[in-house]
Amino acid sequence: MKEKLVNPNYNVNINGRRRNGSIWRWVLQLSTVVGIIALITLLLNIINGAFGYAVLEARVDPATLAVDGVPLEEQSKEQLMSVLQSNISSAAFKKLESDQPFAERSRANVYQLVIERIVKYDIKASWQLWDSLTRANEIKATAAQEYPSAQLRFISWFTSDFVSRPQSSEALTAGVRTAILGSLWTILFTILLAFPLGVGAAIYLEEYATDNSLNRLIQTNINNLAGVPSIVYGILGLAIFVRALEALTSGEIFGVVDPTTANGRTVLAAGLTLGLLVLPIIIINAQEAIRAVPQSLRKASYGLGATKWQTVWSHVLPNALSGILTGTILAISRAIGETAPLVVVGASTAISFDPSSPFSKFTTLPIQIYQWTSRPQDEFRALAAASILVLLVVLLSLNASAVLLRNRFSRKY
Amino acid sequence: METTKYLKSLLTPKGKKQESAVMAQSLQSQENTKYVLETKGLGIYYGDFQAVTSVNMPIKRHKITAIIGPSGCGKSTLLRAFNRMNELSPGTRIEGEVLFEGENLYDPTVDPVEVRYRIGMVFQKPNPFPKSVYENIAWGARIHGFKGNMDELVESCLLQAALWDEVKDKLKQSGLALSGGQQQRLCIARALAVQPEVILMDEPASALDPIATLKIEELMQELKKNYTIVIVTHNMQQAARASDYTAMMMLTDRQTRSGTVIEYDDTRVIFTNPKDKRTEDYVTGRFG
Repeated sequence: MKEKLVNPNYNVNINGRRRNGSIWRWVLQLSTVVGIIALITLLLNIINGAFGYAVLEARVDPATLAVDGVPLEEQSKEQLMSVLQSNISSAAFKKLESDQPFAERSRANVYQLVIERIVKYDIKASWQLWDSLTRANEIKATAAQEYPSAQLRFISWFTSDFVSRPQSSEALTAGVRTAILGSLWTILFTILLAFPLGVGAAIYLEEYATDNSLNRLIQTNINNLAGVPSIVYGILGLAIFVRALEALTSGEIFGVVDPTTANGRTVLAAGLTLGLLVLPIIIINAQEAIRAVPQSLRKASYGLGATKWQTVWSHVLPNALSGILTGTILAISRAIGETAPLVVVGASTAISFDPSSPFSKFTTLPIQIYQWTSRPQDEFRALAAASILVLLVVLLSLNASAVLLRNRFSRKY
Repeated sequence: METTKYLKSLLTPKGKKQESAVMAQSLQSQENTKYVLETKGLGIYYGDFQAVTSVNMPIKRHKITAIIGPSGCGKSTLLRAFNRMNELSPGTRIEGEVLFEGENLYDPTVDPVEVRYRIGMVFQKPNPFPKSVYENIAWGARIHGFKGNMDELVESCLLQAALWDEVKDKLKQSGLALSGGQQQRLCIARALAVQPEVILMDEPASALDPIATLKIEELMQELKKNYTIVIVTHNMQQAARASDYTAMMMLTDRQTRSGTVIEYDDTRVIFTNPKDKRTEDYVTGRFG
């Protein structure tokens, strides 16, 4: 292009402006890449912990338990029962019978009992996935040399059994069903408390409240509450829901006194505590969504002679709903991952009973993970890694269903 | 005796009774006066700022009254005072009176919802609801308890708004999918569905091209047979073409930035033989 005659007062410098822009572009790209790398590293680290070789030593060799030449794995339920009966004390057998009659137990369950009670695998050593893949021969040599009587097995800690088994003190038989159910129960009450209250408060503050000093004070407080550390909410929950409202949270006033209940430290108390924790977040997000509904829509509605509530119900809420749900998804995701307040509220560290009502004792996935990471044995860290994977799956599937719900509502004409 | 009275009071719901009383009154005043709306010493404030000062302006039944004037002189503010839409922005207050069928709209006993139900409004920017064409019209009727045949109502409103032929095959489509001019006529049809007595139009054609503008103007001529129309416009040709009466607004002085109606007369008089020098300068294009 022929050069333009330039007024000396202008320093056009298109190349310089472009360069400046591309530098910024690189910086922005870099920050995205760093973030993604951090996330991938985290995920790989978890996966690395959830699989790997382990050396298992059986106290009783399963081969010796074969009956009439039928190996343990192929025995029928009755055969397994007789093996069990002849190898453990009759008192222990009676205890098992009273926990759940053998007639009701499945073959898999009885097999599990035989492995747990008689064979009693013991983990002598374990390796992570990366080592297991890259140093397999070395590991095999070490295992053969140091534990000649034990077997080396590649274990996937993250299995369907792991998801469906209840908690146990044995790493090999431990599962997270109790924790998953605990998490779901807790989140249910969190949503039930926080969603209607949060959206209701947001509608009031945006559409009804006048701009006076009292309402400004309330608004400021809500904004600040969203930043209060979660442990503080735990203390609040302990004081209010566990102590002051014990009669309610333990189910006493409903006449439901569960023998497993521990003084109000129940699913209900935990759910309400988390509900309080995410309430300000939901309010702020819902307010943001309501504010984003164009004023022209409200004017159109009022211009037709609609009342305030008709305007809010028919125009403001439907148009704000997708934003409200997005905010709620974020808040609920946070609630699922919370550990500290639940520790204070009194999550049980080891229970093998599934929570069955709002008044049950509970544990949740983050609590379970925290629990297992603080154990000294390596294999529990592998369990923790596997439960993190479960937590991620639960989180993602809850979010996915919320996103589907949101897309359903936000389908504009 | 007491029982029959009680039963009668049950049979005539309270709201209905009041409404019919209001209707009777308005019918009576319709015979007495040809003015639907009338402002008396109307001043409008946004907080401390007075946007409009002492407007005295009667508006005739079944006529189109245009409000013209330069930007920022309070035309839209005055228009919104006619159906209390100003109240939606906090800190607005008025002095003086706005009489609707002889009754002060700003009387504490008057419900703004009823005012807006009887005095409809079309806005500067087309603002259909993000719903279907059908729902856009049906919603207004439904919130006012319309019990008749909704399909017929929608059709008749769209016919009156000269939009039926263009949208009759896409009633289930979004109102937002229509063109700007169609959207504005949809908004007019929507206003008609609640059967107002007066329609206020705030620069209804300013966002439209000349063809769509013309359609709106033709529509107004049709509508004035049944409705009283007040329109704010920037476009002097539009006021000259479409209106029967014209009010010229202007800032009273540059210090206070407060507007008022400086001349109000038959449109032909305003455009051919104005009494005020400022009106003459404005309508002949020597000002503003």
